[in-house]
Amino acid sequence: MKSKRLLAPYVAWMTVFTLIPLGVVIYYAFTDSITGQFTFANLSNLSTYLPIFLRSIFLSLASAAICLVIGYPVAYTIAQANPKWQRFLSMLVMLPMCMSFLLRTLAWVAMLEDTGIINRVVSSLGLKPLPLIRNSGAVILGMVYNYLPYMITPLYTVIMKIDPRLIEAAQDLGCDHKRVFTKVILPLSVPGIISGITMVFVPAVSTFYISQKLGSTGTTMIGDVIESQFKTAYNPNLGAALSLVMMILIFICIGFMNRFTDSEEEGVVTP
Amino acid sequence: MKKFCRVFTVLVFIFLYIPMIVLAVASFNTGTDIAVFKGFTLSRYAELFRDGSLLALLRNSLIISVLASFIATVLGTMAAVGLHNSRGRLRSAVMTLTNIPMTNPDIVTGVSLALLFSFTGTLLKVKSILGFWTLLIAHITFNLPYVILSVLPKLTQMDPDLEEAALDLGCTPGQAFFKVILHEIMPGVISGFMMAFTMSLDDFVISYFVTGSSFITLPVEIYNYTKKPIHPKIYALFTLMFLVILVMMVAMNLLQGKDAERKQKKRGVRA
Amino acid sequence: MKKRLLILPLLLALLLPCLVFPAAAASNEITVYNWGQYISDGSDGYVDVIEEFEAETGIKVHYLTYDSNESLYTKLKTGGSTYDVIIPSDYMIGRLIAEDMLEPLNFDNIPNYRYVDEAFKNQAYDPENRYSVPYTWGTVGVIYNTKYVDEDDVGGWDLLWNSKYAGKILMFDNCRDAFAIAESLLGYSLNTQDPTELRSCASLLSEQKPILQGHVMDQIYDKMIREEAWIAPYYAGDYLYMLEENEDLGFYFPEEGFNVFIDAACIPKGCTNQEGAEAFINFLCKPEICGENLEYLGYSAPISEAKNYMDPEVAESEIAYPSDEVLANSESFSALDLETSQLMDSLWLSVKTSGSDTTGYLIAGAALLLAAIALTVILKLHRRRKLARRGISRRTNQA
Repeated sequence: MKSKRLLAPYVAWMTVFTLIPLGVVIYYAFTDSITGQFTFANLSNLSTYLPIFLRSIFLSLASAAICLVIGYPVAYTIAQANPKWQRFLSMLVMLPMCMSFLLRTLAWVAMLEDTGIINRVVSSLGLKPLPLIRNSGAVILGMVYNYLPYMITPLYTVIMKIDPRLIEAAQDLGCDHKRVFTKVILPLSVPGIISGITMVFVPAVSTFYISQKLGSTGTTMIGDVIESQFKTAYNPNLGAALSLVMMILIFICIGFMNRFTDSEEEGVVTP
Repeated sequence: MKKFCRVFTVLVFIFLYIPMIVLAVASFNTGTDIAVFKGFTLSRYAELFRDGSLLALLRNSLIISVLASFIATVLGTMAAVGLHNSRGRLRSAVMTLTNIPMTNPDIVTGVSLALLFSFTGTLLKVKSILGFWTLLIAHITFNLPYVILSVLPKLTQMDPDLEEAALDLGCTPGQAFFKVILHEIMPGVISGFMMAFTMSLDDFVISYFVTGSSFITLPVEIYNYTKKPIHPKIYALFTLMFLVILVMMVAMNLLQGKDAERKQKKRGVRA
Repeated sequence: MKKRLLILPLLLALLLPCLVFPAAAASNEITVYNWGQYISDGSDGYVDVIEEFEAETGIKVHYLTYDSNESLYTKLKTGGSTYDVIIPSDYMIGRLIAEDMLEPLNFDNIPNYRYVDEAFKNQAYDPENRYSVPYTWGTVGVIYNTKYVDEDDVGGWDLLWNSKYAGKILMFDNCRDAFAIAESLLGYSLNTQDPTELRSCASLLSEQKPILQGHVMDQIYDKMIREEAWIAPYYAGDYLYMLEENEDLGFYFPEEGFNVFIDAACIPKGCTNQEGAEAFINFLCKPEICGENLEYLGYSAPISEAKNYMDPEVAESEIAYPSDEVLANSESFSALDLETSQLMDSLWLSVKTSGSDTTGYLIAGAALLLAAIALTVILKLHRRRKLARRGISRRTNQA
């Protein structure tokens, strides 16, 4: 009885400001922008955006994979350090998350541009400017940079919690370093890997600023299209339809990824 | 191998902090071109404080994030306690409700809330519904799950007998909560609050969709700035904020460190 | 532990000074919604229009910016916020009037309207001139960097399609201006409502995409001044502004024809302080303010008397005030009907999202999907084997 009373305000809040808005999105997705009539037009036109959906998914999966490859050794090293360093380093990982990602992305633009910092150095060496910006690679770089902390933090939390006695036991039983890693540490860090990938993939697939700044006219992502429907080309209904599809896609992806973890853990979200 | 990992970690940290350095250097630049350092000046900082418009927006951001994270912490802690005491279907339903905004990309949350607000606006015939209150509601909504997910583990770790003991010793349920349970879960509450606070201070995507003309936060205005020829005073603000957050984090770190040491000593005595 | 408990109140105490609620909106306040970089803000020793206005009338100005007529329209249409003064362009004013989104002005409160030249009154977009007061007028042309662009290539709109400068060309990020360029190039009217003509414009714009650096609006200043980009179509007034920062920039009116526009101040429906808004519009029409403001902006003044307050060099600039001969080649926009606007919007969206190799992504996507399926199957088999080996069921274990 008491627990229900404590839950009530929260459930009410979340219903009004999470479930109902999703209902409104669905309502908009199925109505016409001018007449307000029920229509499938918004959704049936979506096939034209298939390449953009695919591109978004591809680029963000690539970023998530790169984040994992870069983030794992870092998380592992931090988890191996002594407690004082651990705290300090994990703070350093989280610090960039508190700073405006718009300005940090802009700093990358300033570095990568044809007249940017790197290319000025390059051309002062007498070489031709490198095509560093306005391609898929730059978009992936931007996403890896922005979302890397979201990968390192859950990985670190999981690796840190691995019982050192398990590793000792494995060593006692004759495992070498490599086997300890592949047989003990890696399997035990799977929940962290999954939640890291999710935490990178979800914001990456829906990003709209990074691709605008670092990408070219050919790397438009689905977030860009949704944003433009709400901010410049007044068509919230198409925007709602696109958001709906993206949301469903993400739920499918996450459901799929969660199959890799056998436990029913409630997502490792870490401070 | 270990050496390699260390070097790699250092490189990754350099990668994470390069943009900050670029921006900090730009804040001392006499020229407006971020890629060319013309000369050293502090005038950007002087301009920042003389003008004050950016500081007013920073104040707006602080108001929103303090209020939103505070309300979210209260509501979320209540909900977490309620959730902890409930079982079965109710629990899993509420957990799903909590996971929706966590897995939804920011842009979908922003868009759905914006649609909800403009929908209610037209229903109620309120012309300027977007403003302080809508922003506050949006921030509380996306903060709530973070609070719950950082409080819940602490509740699970808590010794269930504690509450009973308190009740047996004559506490009312309310007293038991404030004197015993809250004390036990405080670290989770604080980290939930901190996370909510930083999330909402830095939030751009959701705020971008739900701000109107009357109340604007710093990240949204930074976005407007990046669309125009950017004024270097924004780099000065960024650098200052970076320093403040760095100092705050280091201070927290030291406090935590002392805390952990004391705990260890206590444990040592007990053992 | 105790110390930790202290952090929370400490933090709150630190932040409390900021927690003074935003001062209740001043009783006499107006919200002005204008283009970015479109008012003299006191830099470089020019007049700060808003500050002057506040000092003279005591009305506080809340100033916000947008970057295209379309985003202004979207913002108004989405609702949820109110504005007192907006400054759309001609065709957008026509559209806003047609959709009943503007408030008629009370010209008794705008006595300075008499200074506006007759040539700019009663325009097609507002035939009886009930809703708008001209702020500036101007033309669209091509800005290019003389250091990098061969003079032989200069002259027409086709410079923007010249693959020699691939990656260094910018384009308008709003559909009406972008389509106007394609329309000029194909010899159509800038106000064509013919769907097939619009479609061929769209395909021309899609063709241009691969060689573009990007679709931009106000970012053009930075990119052109820093020479990140070399060629861009933009408003003549902004060229004059950029020229001061980088003297290598050149400008020409394309021979195929170009757009001439008027931007005018209007009051949108739902405004909260109409008298304040009218006072602001009136202030903008003051010849000395108009003169100083537009000297800074580089745009052309619809008030001849304002030229007396300008640097004569600016007032006689061939670019800001082209001769009638040059202007004969120009055409102004009129409002399109709703269907055509929508068609243009959707064509523009397809232009912006088109291109790039779809098949590559399809193959990559299919490969990823296959890999994922294979991985699940392997993992499942692996797990089943492992469970079989242990001889226990995980489910029972968990329960």
